[in-house]
Amino acid sequence: MTSSVEPAGERGLGRLERRAMTGVLVREIVNFSSYWRSATFSSTVEPTIYLLAFGFGFGSLVSKVGGYSYVQFVGTGTVATAVLFSSAFPAMFGTFIKYKFQRTYDAVLAAPVDTEELVTAEALWVATRAGVYGCVPMLVAIAFGLNPSWGMLTVPFIGLLAGFGWACFGIAIAGFASSIENFSYVISAVLTPLFLVAGTFFPLNRLPEWAQVLGNINPLHHCVELVRHAAFGFDAWDPVRVGVLIVFALLTWRVAIYAMTRKLID
Amino acid sequence: MTNDLAIRLRAVVKRYGAITAVNGLDLDVPQGTCVGLLGPNGAGKSTTMRLLTAQAIADEGELEVLGFQLPGESKAARAQCGVVPQLDNLDVTLTVEQNLLVFAHLYRLGRAERPAAIERALQMANLLDRRSTRVDKLSGGMRRRLLIARALVHGPRLVLLDEPTVGLDPQVRQELWALIDALRAEGTTILMSTHYIEEAQRLADTVLIMSHGVAVAAGPPAELVAEHAGREAVEVYGPPAKLAEVEAAAGAFGLRTRRTGTSISVLGVEAADGRAPDGERRPTNLEDVFVLLTGEAIE
Repeated sequence: MTSSVEPAGERGLGRLERRAMTGVLVREIVNFSSYWRSATFSSTVEPTIYLLAFGFGFGSLVSKVGGYSYVQFVGTGTVATAVLFSSAFPAMFGTFIKYKFQRTYDAVLAAPVDTEELVTAEALWVATRAGVYGCVPMLVAIAFGLNPSWGMLTVPFIGLLAGFGWACFGIAIAGFASSIENFSYVISAVLTPLFLVAGTFFPLNRLPEWAQVLGNINPLHHCVELVRHAAFGFDAWDPVRVGVLIVFALLTWRVAIYAMTRKLID
Repeated sequence: MTNDLAIRLRAVVKRYGAITAVNGLDLDVPQGTCVGLLGPNGAGKSTTMRLLTAQAIADEGELEVLGFQLPGESKAARAQCGVVPQLDNLDVTLTVEQNLLVFAHLYRLGRAERPAAIERALQMANLLDRRSTRVDKLSGGMRRRLLIARALVHGPRLVLLDEPTVGLDPQVRQELWALIDALRAEGTTILMSTHYIEEAQRLADTVLIMSHGVAVAAGPPAELVAEHAGREAVEVYGPPAKLAEVEAAAGAFGLRTRRTGTSISVLGVEAADGRAPDGERRPTNLEDVFVLLTGEAIE
């Protein structure tokens, strides 16, 4: 007897399918249940320490910065720090470890999931966490006298958008890196300067012009400004800042997919 | 197109820079059978496996899996395949059941189907009483069984096993053979790569011997043995000089020989009419064919 193998089901299956990305997200969420304590600790405690150290350290020398009390200035600024720390770093290290040591991606890509869906779903997951963790320094600042406002409700979404960009940035770096030691270059030469020239701890408008230019192309700076304006009142430039974050997210997203496809598909 | 083949490869070529890992491979896996891909390390078995899931893209040739053309329709094919990788990539901080749950999602099982599918996979791999154990607390054999169970959770039509028992104890290996055999008995199509001859001989309906990226022979194990090595062999032991002498003499008579480490085997001696040297008579086996066809020297 010869029975024939007819292709069953849809032939091509589309791109960026919800079902494929759900599978990847479920994997991340189930795994998160086994390490959420340490992830939450490192993503929230570190920015809070920055907030307390700078806020009270510098705050005792400088009373007002840019019209705000220094604790309020830093309290809103370190939201962006928390977003960066909980997106770029876990994306970079997590992706590399899953690729190289756990070989997770071999198993995921043998299932009906494409690299594009894998990268997108993982970045979305990291971005969601960044949106939530990003609120922690703001809550701490509220406890130290920052006035709550309705605008603050947009902060998790600002964190999500910026977090998606930084997550894709981290995935792309992991995709291009040949060893985990390569990350030192990126952290020292890219992330640390961007972190300092973001207007988190001091305003950029007194800095030399080159530093101001650098600040304006720094997505983290726009995240800082948006969060600050969410707390104290938006201005006319904020839609442009959102635009910058969207362009940053789209750009790093495509680069991350390119880098990971090159790495995962021979 | 429609046919009765679960896998159909024609003249497939895959190059990595200057190295050609697969060099014009033809491979047929009829549905409902177990095909063993046998070859030494570096013969192109793992690359072939990666080609079948589109984790490697062929430079030339035609690839069809479950009626889907690769790489374009690979995702649809992957939805109906189960893959057991050579290297363990379970999520070690999760429990047995959580690992299966994740794959039930990745393979798109609906909410209603998932509990029964997980139960069935646990049962098949004999892991029912380990469902809540974290993977890093499992023994090597249990991890390997879970790896197979994970590939079966969605009831695939085709299972790809890449060196399923490499580096395991004989006891564990036999346990896995029983599991694969049960799968075969259910009618699942299996493609299994291995460099263990005994594994191919026991489990495979058809064996394809690969060397340097091409198929050098294909057929049921017994037929391959009869065709290439005859029915009986004589094994001669002795110092290297004597072995060389026996080899030359057998060659002069038109008999095939193979080195067996400390001895030399003269093959197909049942038809040798007294030209065979004195030595230990034994039935020929798949290993004789393997060494004959893939070369004796390790490169």
